[in-house]
Amino acid sequence: MERNPLRRQLQLMRKSLFDQGYLDEQFVQLEELQDDTNPNFVEEVVTLYYRDSARLVLNIEQALERKPYNFHKLDAYMHQFKGSSSSIGAKKVKAESTLFREYCKSGNGEGCMRCFQQLKKEYATLRKKLEAYFQVARQAGPMETACRPK
Amino acid sequence: MEAAAAAVLPSGSSQELHVLAVDDSYVDRKVIEKLLKISSCKVTAVESGARALQFLGLDGEKGSLGFDGLKVNLIMTDYSMPGMTGYELLKKIKRSSAFREIPVVIMSSENILTRIDSCLEEGAEEFLVKPVKLSDVRRLMKDCVLRGETEGNAGRRFDKRKFEDDNHNHTPSLSSSSSSTPSPPSSPSTTAPFEGDVATSELVSSSPPYSSKRAKLHGHD
Repeated sequence: MERNPLRRQLQLMRKSLFDQGYLDEQFVQLEELQDDTNPNFVEEVVTLYYRDSARLVLNIEQALERKPYNFHKLDAYMHQFKGSSSSIGAKKVKAESTLFREYCKSGNGEGCMRCFQQLKKEYATLRKKLEAYFQVARQAGPMETACRPK
Repeated sequence: MEAAAAAVLPSGSSQELHVLAVDDSYVDRKVIEKLLKISSCKVTAVESGARALQFLGLDGEKGSLGFDGLKVNLIMTDYSMPGMTGYELLKKIKRSSAFREIPVVIMSSENILTRIDSCLEEGAEEFLVKPVKLSDVRRLMKDCVLRGETEGNAGRRFDKRKFEDDNHNHTPSLSSSSSSTPSPPSSPSTTAPFEGDVATSELVSSSPPYSSKRAKLHGHD
């Protein structure tokens, strides 16, 4: 258990993110890529993810304003969103993306709309938690969260 | 610091592998770049098949000479990309006399058997299911380098093909897990069987070598 209170807080925040299912193993993979030459790698990737997500969410929102829905297009956007969510280990967001794509495939517009609202909620929650996490991380300084196996 | 690629290279050679990574996703490009750099590779990351061909000098544009200093040892490409898919890029590379020898690895978030088969049939070295992990890249480095070492050794190559044929009797089991190709057993690795000097009759009479890769893909935990 970390003696340093900030680092202890960071450890607890990190554990909670995993225990509550917001993050999966892929996030650990990213942590393993972080080192002294690139100490903010994970945060950089996540920041890219926010930018990417903002664009995709907007595209999907606009597509959902046009009736009848173009399910093919909606699915294509969500495929991208699912991909980048998967790449950072965003477990819940990824699950909602998968569900959305199921609704697209079955042409269920209502389902898509409902699912998308839920997805946006999950994404907002994750983002808030990650922002708080990285804020503490920056204050706490470099920390061994995961060791890259030799 | 990991030096997987450099460490396994034949002694006397300290050249890093140069990998061309192709992916339309910013996030994935950043991650693959880091995975490769940590594995001691030089990386060029581009966002599309068109850009990749441009980089290789295959886009038909004049004045794309002089890429010797930037020789590409491996191409890793995403499958689903707007415009040119990774599959289309793979075909173009394998149909070019200048670049067909470069191993091409396909990455995809979707574990679709027919997709995997078509890619392997077109000559892809491996098919990795995303998200790509460090262990996937490390295994690739070993396989690529091993392949490079045996490039000039035709006799051994025949033995490898034979061994792969022996393995082909696995019943491919579909896996829904997101893990990628398993580590090959201590046997020879995924040497591309479509070598120029293998007689056509050899290819026709024996089972398609790529099926052994397929077996490896799916016969894992």
